[in-house]
Amino acid sequence: MLRIKADMHIHTVLSPCGDLDMSPRNILIKAKEKGLDLIAITDHNSTLMCRVIANLASEYDIAVIPGVEITTKEEAHCLAYFHDYEQINQIQMFLEQHLPPIQNNPDLFGHQLVVDQDEMILQEINTLLITALNLSIDEIEKTVHKIGGIFIPAHIDRPKYSIISQLGFIPFDLNAEAFELSRYSSPDSFTAQNKPYRNFIYVQNSDAHYLENIADAYTIFEIENPTLEEIVKALKNLDGRKIVSTHNQRKTN
Amino acid sequence: MTVNDIKEKLNLTVYAGAAGLNREVTGGYVSDLLSDVMGHSSEGQIWITLQTHKNIIAIASLKELAGIILVQGFEPDADTQKQAEDEQIPILGTHLSTFEISGKLYNLLHKCCE
Repeated sequence: MLRIKADMHIHTVLSPCGDLDMSPRNILIKAKEKGLDLIAITDHNSTLMCRVIANLASEYDIAVIPGVEITTKEEAHCLAYFHDYEQINQIQMFLEQHLPPIQNNPDLFGHQLVVDQDEMILQEINTLLITALNLSIDEIEKTVHKIGGIFIPAHIDRPKYSIISQLGFIPFDLNAEAFELSRYSSPDSFTAQNKPYRNFIYVQNSDAHYLENIADAYTIFEIENPTLEEIVKALKNLDGRKIVSTHNQRKTN
Repeated sequence: MTVNDIKEKLNLTVYAGAAGLNREVTGGYVSDLLSDVMGHSSEGQIWITLQTHKNIIAIASLKELAGIILVQGFEPDADTQKQAEDEQIPILGTHLSTFEISGKLYNLLHKCCE
């Protein structure tokens, strides 16, 4: 078994609020510097930066899981991860179909750029990515699972854009593989205040929009290979795969 | 004033929970953040929102709200309707915006209570 240090919530130059320094190579260099073995690319409502970073990652010996941070109709942020690029193409089509056609104003929200490995701009996305899809959290969860992905509500400890802030509490029949805590929390401090959720599966990630925040929170997995398939097993505690611990580099609040 | 009086006067649609239409309304609350409604609404208020998820029924039930008004033509999800029936919490609807329906409700409630 391998001990894998994973930060599975990282934004890029494509996210309007993502820093322009969040280029493929810069992200990988910083991830390497922080000792990460695995990262996931999760821009707001788009997967268009996943592949370029995954292609470059072998140079740095880092595994890259393609994903996305989806905004539901209720404005709850939810992470979705996928096994391959056929699944990614399916979710990308779904996202483009259900994101309302609101134009981005780069002066207000920042640019939404797709770049190549040398930071050449390939495309600027005009449709505003940080707005919400027109579908409920249940509909989005079902679509993610139908495509074959896994579904993890993001930063559920936060007072904004979390399933708890938007929906008051976690619906008991929600089908999620795990729940993410932000770098400001930890499973112990969160469940001390939220006892009904003490038996849930938790991961922690940085939600980095800036290079210096990469690995501010991370999860250690014990798995055979740095793949999503193995991570799913760890989340389910199957075949000896497991979550070893979650960490944050900040003081909890 | 009951939920049914408000339904008649503001010309609202009843989507579910008609068994609770005789509930007494003591005031109104307007918010789309369910965590906020859980923290700050009070018993007997009618709640104006655009959220249609079934959690609205759990929160209305927990806080003993008189009913829910969905704005802008939003309709409750199927499982939301079912829970509203079970909990006997009326879900009403209007095509008006939150601003418009809140203003009308405010006038109605304050006229009645003067």
